[in-house]
Amino acid sequence: MTAEAAAAVARRRPWTVLGRGLAAIGLSGKALVILAPALWLAVFFLVPLAVVFKISLSQAAIARPPYLPLLTFDPDGTVQLTLHLSNFLFLLSDSLYINAYLNSIRIAFISTVIALLIAYPIAYFIARSSDRWRNFLLMLVILPFWTSFLLRVYAWIGFMKGNGVINNTLMALGIINQPLVLLQTDFAVYVGIVYTYLPFMILPLYTNLVKLDQSLLEASADLGARPLRTFLSVTLPLSIPGVIAGSMLVFIPALGEFVIPALLGGPDTLMIGRVLWDEFFSNRDWPVASAVAIAMLLVVVVPIMLMQNAQSAVVERR
Amino acid sequence: MRRGWFLPIATVLGFTFLYAPILSLVVFSFNENRLVTVWSGFSLKWYGALFSDPQMLGAAWLSLQIAAISATIALVLGTLCAVALVRFRRFRGRTALAGMVSAPLVMPDVITGLSLLLLFVAMESIFGWPAGRGMLTIIIAHSTFCMAYIAVVVQSRLSDLDLSLEEAAMDLGATPVRVFFDITLPIIAPALISGWLLGFTLSLDDLVIASFVSGPGSSTLPMVIFSKIRLGVSPDVNALATIIIGIVALGVVVATLLQMRRPKARA
Repeated sequence: MTAEAAAAVARRRPWTVLGRGLAAIGLSGKALVILAPALWLAVFFLVPLAVVFKISLSQAAIARPPYLPLLTFDPDGTVQLTLHLSNFLFLLSDSLYINAYLNSIRIAFISTVIALLIAYPIAYFIARSSDRWRNFLLMLVILPFWTSFLLRVYAWIGFMKGNGVINNTLMALGIINQPLVLLQTDFAVYVGIVYTYLPFMILPLYTNLVKLDQSLLEASADLGARPLRTFLSVTLPLSIPGVIAGSMLVFIPALGEFVIPALLGGPDTLMIGRVLWDEFFSNRDWPVASAVAIAMLLVVVVPIMLMQNAQSAVVERR
Repeated sequence: MRRGWFLPIATVLGFTFLYAPILSLVVFSFNENRLVTVWSGFSLKWYGALFSDPQMLGAAWLSLQIAAISATIALVLGTLCAVALVRFRRFRGRTALAGMVSAPLVMPDVITGLSLLLLFVAMESIFGWPAGRGMLTIIIAHSTFCMAYIAVVVQSRLSDLDLSLEEAAMDLGATPVRVFFDITLPIIAPALISGWLLGFTLSLDDLVIASFVSGPGSSTLPMVIFSKIRLGVSPDVNALATIIIGIVALGVVVATLLQMRRPKARA
């Protein structure tokens, strides 16, 4: 085959040539497809977690980097491995950390319930409306998600501060004389979380409710059930998968939240993400920050992953 | 069934809750007063202040570059991952790969950020790479977490795909690589586009991870905004928010109109 002919073939069938080229260097396309993302994730996801675990067992020091090595090599040839459990004992002994964990779970849970109560009627209304309206309303639900999260949280500062929109409006209407203290409270954190994650609650609920079989509701009404009764014994039980999916999408990010408690919460609004941040950036205590991360991983992330696995196993069995 | 009053009212209140803060941001960006929430007249001066602030502009440009590069890397890796998980039913380590790619979805940002920073520090002291932290380390971090989201989007599209098209191409003698580029890729293109946009947005929006892995002189836009608003409200941030909201609203409206028109044209 002449060079021109080979070039012509290459031009006509570039993918064949690519496939042959890969095979020639001993790589099947399949192995490459699997290996590229697997290696990336191993190096930039698994190894980092191992490093965090390692540093959580070391001791803080005034050095660069600010912790002591686990392995020390003595001149006489002994290798010493020192594991400090002190960071984890410290987390248990100081009530700050336990309170922060419990408080995060509490705030995330209450926010999820509030978000569910607000989202359900909206999702139901969208699912019941005509096609034309439905698309428009869904677009309105999704639109805030594409704008900056940070700026949406920022909007609430202007809304809730002493001379902010809410206080100015209430005072102008003569409802209150003194501005209410809204910002830097737990209340503001609830508002921020519900506001930020509301679309994530509405969308799975909508996806579930739109599939609801209307004839079941009619049957229930024909049998004499009032609308509330129909809702409680037909609609709500059928929408449980949507409720669970939406709640997970709110609860999980709310647990590790840093930005919302940092901007809207008060100094006593403890959340574990914020504690980790302060431990790292303010106290520069890398080992304790790592221990907080490992504890968070074990107490929060692993249970959630196990729960999701169990759930998807149930779904697959059906 | 009689239409109740409860649902419409709850929906109107819900959307008021979602949009009132955003609208107030927009309105007060045109306020002449420095006290953001006290109206004292129309003015565009905060837009002027925004566009003459080199720190803001520099950070915005850096963030846009990082978002575009990260989204592209994440798209390639995420798509490969989705193809591996959906198309290759059985291979050793499949469960591990599936677990690794979905874990970042439930991982709190503070842990992702901390762990990557500690990795970069350790790598630098062992291999001397990456030298210092900055744009490169932020890109690596963002690619990693965006890839998880993109893999989910592409996976769901791939598993809906009609296999017979690919089989037909194979029967006609196309190699697997050619089938992927000629048949599969064009079909999943919409998922790839929305995946890329998702990655771009997530990267542009990230404060926590970037704060951990960035170095001196490489502050992203969210980092600059965060340090500004920690000190209180600032009118030029309102102006910036208005510009972002304007661009996004335009994009979403256009996308929705296109989507609504397509099925009608076919029918």
